[in-house]
Amino acid sequence: MSCVVTELIIDGAGCASCVGKIEGALKAVSGVQHAEMNFAQRTVSVSGTAPSDVLVQAIERAGYNAKVSSAETDTDELDEKEQADLAYYKKLMRETWIALALGAPLMAYALITGEMSVNTTTERIVWLIIGILTLGVLLASGRHFFVGAWKSFLNHSANMDTLIALGTGTAWLYSMVVVFFPEAVPAQARHVYFEATAIIIGLIDLGLALEIKARGRTSEAIKRLIGLQAKTARVIRDDKEMDLPIEHVLLDDLVRVRPGEKIPVDGEVVEGHTAIDESMLTGEPMPVEKAKGDEVVAGTLNKTGSIVFRATRVGKDTALAQIINMVKRAQNSKPPIGRLADVISAFFVPVVMITAVISALAWLNFGPTPAIAFAIVSATTVLIIACPCALGLATPMSVMVGVGKAAEAGVLIRNGEALQTASKITAMILDKTGTITLGSPKVTDVVVVSGRTELEVLQLAASVEAGSEHPLALAIMETAQEKAIELSKASSFNAITARGVEAEVDGRRVLFGNEKLMHERDVTLNVAGDDFVQKAQSLAADAKTPMYFAIDGKLAGIIAVADPIKEDSISAIQRLQKNGIRVIMLTGDNRDTAKAVAKKVGISEFVAEVLPEDKAKKVQELQMAGEVVGMTGDGINDAPALALANVGFAIGTGTDVAIESADITLMRGSLHGLADAIAVSKATLRNIKQNLFGAFVYNVAGVPVAAGILYPVLGILMNPVIAGAAMAFSSLTVVSNANRLRLFKAQEH
Amino acid sequence: MLIINIAGVILIALIIWWFWLYKPQAEQMGDDDLVVVVENGVYKPSHILMDSNDTHDITFLRKDASPCAETLMIPQLEISETLPLNKPTKIHIPPLGAGEYAFHCQMQMYKGTISIK
Repeated sequence: MSCVVTELIIDGAGCASCVGKIEGALKAVSGVQHAEMNFAQRTVSVSGTAPSDVLVQAIERAGYNAKVSSAETDTDELDEKEQADLAYYKKLMRETWIALALGAPLMAYALITGEMSVNTTTERIVWLIIGILTLGVLLASGRHFFVGAWKSFLNHSANMDTLIALGTGTAWLYSMVVVFFPEAVPAQARHVYFEATAIIIGLIDLGLALEIKARGRTSEAIKRLIGLQAKTARVIRDDKEMDLPIEHVLLDDLVRVRPGEKIPVDGEVVEGHTAIDESMLTGEPMPVEKAKGDEVVAGTLNKTGSIVFRATRVGKDTALAQIINMVKRAQNSKPPIGRLADVISAFFVPVVMITAVISALAWLNFGPTPAIAFAIVSATTVLIIACPCALGLATPMSVMVGVGKAAEAGVLIRNGEALQTASKITAMILDKTGTITLGSPKVTDVVVVSGRTELEVLQLAASVEAGSEHPLALAIMETAQEKAIELSKASSFNAITARGVEAEVDGRRVLFGNEKLMHERDVTLNVAGDDFVQKAQSLAADAKTPMYFAIDGKLAGIIAVADPIKEDSISAIQRLQKNGIRVIMLTGDNRDTAKAVAKKVGISEFVAEVLPEDKAKKVQELQMAGEVVGMTGDGINDAPALALANVGFAIGTGTDVAIESADITLMRGSLHGLADAIAVSKATLRNIKQNLFGAFVYNVAGVPVAAGILYPVLGILMNPVIAGAAMAFSSLTVVSNANRLRLFKAQEH
Repeated sequence: MLIINIAGVILIALIIWWFWLYKPQAEQMGDDDLVVVVENGVYKPSHILMDSNDTHDITFLRKDASPCAETLMIPQLEISETLPLNKPTKIHIPPLGAGEYAFHCQMQMYKGTISIK
């Protein structure tokens, strides 16, 4: 039997001393390797081969109660939801068939003969039987509307059930009055509406059933994300490998993953080398090479090699779990555009009820004979046709699909408001390093003055920069490592803000930084007729960042570093510009380098030598000029500007900080994610507007027509059955239109 | 006709009073967590009374299979939670200032209020 970890919930452990007793009782069981109790949570984790019932018995013998914890996963929850939805769908379909089985033949009879009136005793008996059968339909297929309506009524609220119950109830009651007391109504009004009652109930049940099916499709994206979670992990404990459910993987556990398997939890590779397909999370199609020290993320797919990694985030803390949580939250949030519909929804049902009363009174007062029949038909039709659901569903259904669709493209939208604002962006600020460029600079040129060597300059520069986290320093360190240069110890280190650094290395005073720093320290940049300023400018014009290097007050050379532009930055920026978005680049880099990079990527507007706090000022400046500003950055440095922008986009990393602080997180490094985010926002907003327009027009036009507004002019009065059909399919239309968003594809890159 | 018209006007007045003007009695939140059952198109209880500056956990138990009942929203608190069927879901209510906080489903067909005194 394979080794498993069992989680037990303990009852009756009142004091900390119970811990030893329980652990001791478990350890005495044959096959138990390890037992550890969490007293605060009253749980105990047991590893080994002993069956769970034996463990429970051991605890019971020790004087406590225990049960096996069934850790629920999102997948289980999703399965349960699907099963519940399916059961409800089947119930509604059953009810539909019952109602239509009576309603359809009655409807056919009414259409063929045109005879639905009560004039003779035989007709009274027949219609009484049919009336009782219709009551059966109301009870079997429409009971939930009546119960819902009654409970709502007692609760001083009114909902869709209220309208349907009132509409169908009125039609049935009137028909029964005609059957029992025909003489109480005028001869022309002795008409029964049993067919309308049954058909309306059937059609609305059918509409609800189809809506459930369509709703299921709106949450496909979240299902796909949840489906990425592995169910088990191969954990190595005490040199033994065991398959455990992922809920039982602990922090710092070593986990082995073979080719073709999913990464079960987040971690850091400690052994092996592989390529991992992260496209399901980031949208990035190319597999990413992973070796010792690299991070792996739960839900991604191991392609080529076998690796062992140390678990660094488990359970609800994994990046995937956080993404799922964020998408779920965003899918349930509403953009401001939906607020008007919310306000209307809040008053809608009582307003419709009042309209039905006014309509009936108008027919009774001014209608032709038989006025009472017209009044009943118009009131019933008004109640039935009005559809608060279409209004209520217009926004959330589109948000659900849109946010999910964005997640599929590696774009995590924080909430409905961000979704809406992103569609209105007119100006986009892009940070240069790490956003437009790869953010990992490399040393490209080392230009030395006569008498100095490249190695000497690099050795001193790397010695000064050792330990610094600055990207330029890292580039120099990387080159020194590649060239196997041995470093010396630097002392008297002094970092000069926005200028450079100075230090003492091997008894020599070195100065490393920009032109300003050299001028301030009186370092001559023209050495024996060789103009190094010109050399630096020429390097900068080629999008490289030149830095002067001086030893003991004399220029020794220039080290140029370049941060390669991401492969697809140019095409992504073009996509933004084509959409009429003003693109502005901000960088702390020098003006010449910034100019060269901007030129390469096709940005005409850029600001160089910007300090982090100035980025926020630039955002404000653009907002004052009337722009809706998007800010894209990759680091905590950009946080103030990201927060101030109308929409902040965090790029690339997918770390907790980025996910929690940005309005929109782009899971892959490419700027195409930015263009995709804006495109999906625009498509979603368009879809919401279509839905809202349809729902408003439907209700605004449908209710007056049902009340009979066209009758005086055109002689048209709507049949309640038509109203029932329209109502049943209005919400389905909204959900189906939202589902069209699933076909949305971001523009080809 | 006059009687019918008067009856109609009274009916309209009753609708306005019953659904808009009448303030139903709220259920006082006790020391134990309050359970709100979502069933047959309503939250029960739907009007909850809480003391200001207190935190509370309200447990929602959805017994209504209708998908409308699935999402619980408290817009003023930016709470939006999916309620699984037949499983209690705890909603944490932070300390709030005096006032009324509406909670409802996505379509506002199920409605309730938290009143803070």
